[in-house]
Amino acid sequence: MAAVAIQAENLDKWFGEGEARTYAVRQVNFTVPFGQMFYIVGPSGSGKTTLLSMISGILRPNGGRVVVAGEDIWRLSPDALATFRLHTLGFVFQDYHLFPRLTTLENVAIPLILQRWEWSKAMAAAQEMLAVVGLQDRGELRPMQLSGGEQQRVAIARALVAKPTIIVFDEPTASLDGATGKMIIGFVKHDILNDHRCILIVTHDNRIFPYADQMLHMEDGAVVKLDTGGSLEK
Amino acid sequence: MKGLFTLAFKLLVNDRGKFAALIIGITFAMFLMVQLTSIFAGILQKASANIINLGARVWIMDPAVNNPLNSIPLPDTVLAAVRSIDGVAYAVPVYSGASLVKLNNGTYQPVTVIGLDDTTLVGRPQLLEGKIEDIYGENAFIVIKDQEYVKLGNPTLGTTFELNDHRGVIVGIAQVTTSGLFGMPTLYTTYGRAIQYIPTQRFTAAYILVEPKSEADIPHIKAQVAALGYLALTKEEFIHRVSNYYKFQTGVGTNILIMTVTSFLVGLSISGQTFYTFVLENLDKFGALKAIGAKNRELIYMILFQAGFTGLTGYGLGVGLSSLLINIAVRKVPGYAGTITFFNLGLALMMLLIIVCFSSYIAARKIIRVEPFEIFRG
Repeated sequence: MAAVAIQAENLDKWFGEGEARTYAVRQVNFTVPFGQMFYIVGPSGSGKTTLLSMISGILRPNGGRVVVAGEDIWRLSPDALATFRLHTLGFVFQDYHLFPRLTTLENVAIPLILQRWEWSKAMAAAQEMLAVVGLQDRGELRPMQLSGGEQQRVAIARALVAKPTIIVFDEPTASLDGATGKMIIGFVKHDILNDHRCILIVTHDNRIFPYADQMLHMEDGAVVKLDTGGSLEK
Repeated sequence: MKGLFTLAFKLLVNDRGKFAALIIGITFAMFLMVQLTSIFAGILQKASANIINLGARVWIMDPAVNNPLNSIPLPDTVLAAVRSIDGVAYAVPVYSGASLVKLNNGTYQPVTVIGLDDTTLVGRPQLLEGKIEDIYGENAFIVIKDQEYVKLGNPTLGTTFELNDHRGVIVGIAQVTTSGLFGMPTLYTTYGRAIQYIPTQRFTAAYILVEPKSEADIPHIKAQVAALGYLALTKEEFIHRVSNYYKFQTGVGTNILIMTVTSFLVGLSISGQTFYTFVLENLDKFGALKAIGAKNRELIYMILFQAGFTGLTGYGLGVGLSSLLINIAVRKVPGYAGTITFFNLGLALMMLLIIVCFSSYIAARKIIRVEPFEIFRG
């Protein structure tokens, strides 16, 4: 296991060419070790979602490199990169993106199904993961029958079920009230994060800032400040 | 892969409204396609009824003949010439014509009359009642017991009728493989009696039926007949010629084709549109799957499975429904022309595959184009 979970070096991303070229991310550098909760924060349009996409192996950067769990991910072929994401990263999307026609249990099992697990084994593992997030009795319900907080926990269970080492959260509290948001992030910090995991969160919700171990502040595509443990305590 | 297909299956069938619309649409389209092509196959088979029933291996006719109903009488010299060709085991004339029968209740009924060669009775039908030698008796006719039989008042042995002011008597009841296209009962008699009872032109033989000594003799016979200015066709070639006539020289083929294509387009549009809507509604979810680590080809397999499953279910239901209806119609509706052949089933399956491929293509194209990055941007 590499001690460094994520390493971003001189990351650039622009859209358009010539005079129309617009930088979404410019010369971003940071390192996240395992065992940390790393926040990317900033106002809308600051480039934090673009940065998250490049780190997650979803959006190819124009320059620089990203090393995730020891793998220089943008050197991988598209298929290898998809396989890498499937086994190494877990995603919790802002709108959860749960399939409304599948049960909660089936939604959670999706990453295992994509890893070609047998259906029954995948369901058993998904049931265990639902128990971890406290929804063991909600497996047969459809997502629409759950509250927003419960849907969030289903999305977390889906992100965790394949036991990835890096979990990516996109605006995890955007659809939740303050108390539920804090409860979810507290759960992630205390029950999900460990020495072999890294949590990456994109947010602009300052109510959950106290849970961060490092916080990268972005503005206009560039890093304006990196808060580490010491500065966060202040 | 089994898990992926299970997932695809659940995504498909759990959306009950769309699944039902897809199944009903494809079933309906398949039902119409099989029904229409079966009716056409039935028409073609009935149009060739005499060729099938008389069963001669080689038929000689005027080159202008393109269906059995419009035969052009051949001179007796042709019969003599054909009999002298090397490789001919035997050659006999056959009469085929239509006439009016006056029944005992005073009504008239059009009939088809087949006159078999007096000496050999080549092409005689299989008798259900009576003896074949009775055909040589006075005024003797054999009636075919098919769907048109009732139109002669369900005659029995000994039933009499009038044919062109001649007395006729039923001496046999027989069956044949295929009944005719135009809903007329069929009577068999001898060639001599047929041309005696029914007004004819100068020449009387509708066709000359030839039995070659071997298959290898057929090309030679055909060449020799062609040299005489006539046409010799094998049974299969004659049936093909009749089929072509109905397909290309009457409106039947074109109209059936148009209706079949319309059914195909109905299936195509329902299936294509429903699949496209299904994918559009779940596009963000498919994007999320790609972000999680699903490969494009895995998502395409899922779509292909869904389209294939729906298509084959609709095909099975459509063919089943069509078979049931044709089966009932053949038993209950006189003169119903419908027969399901492997060609019909194959054609419908081919059209189904086009529907499945088209639906999958427009759905898969959308999925391939969705960028997982869009999921993060909401």
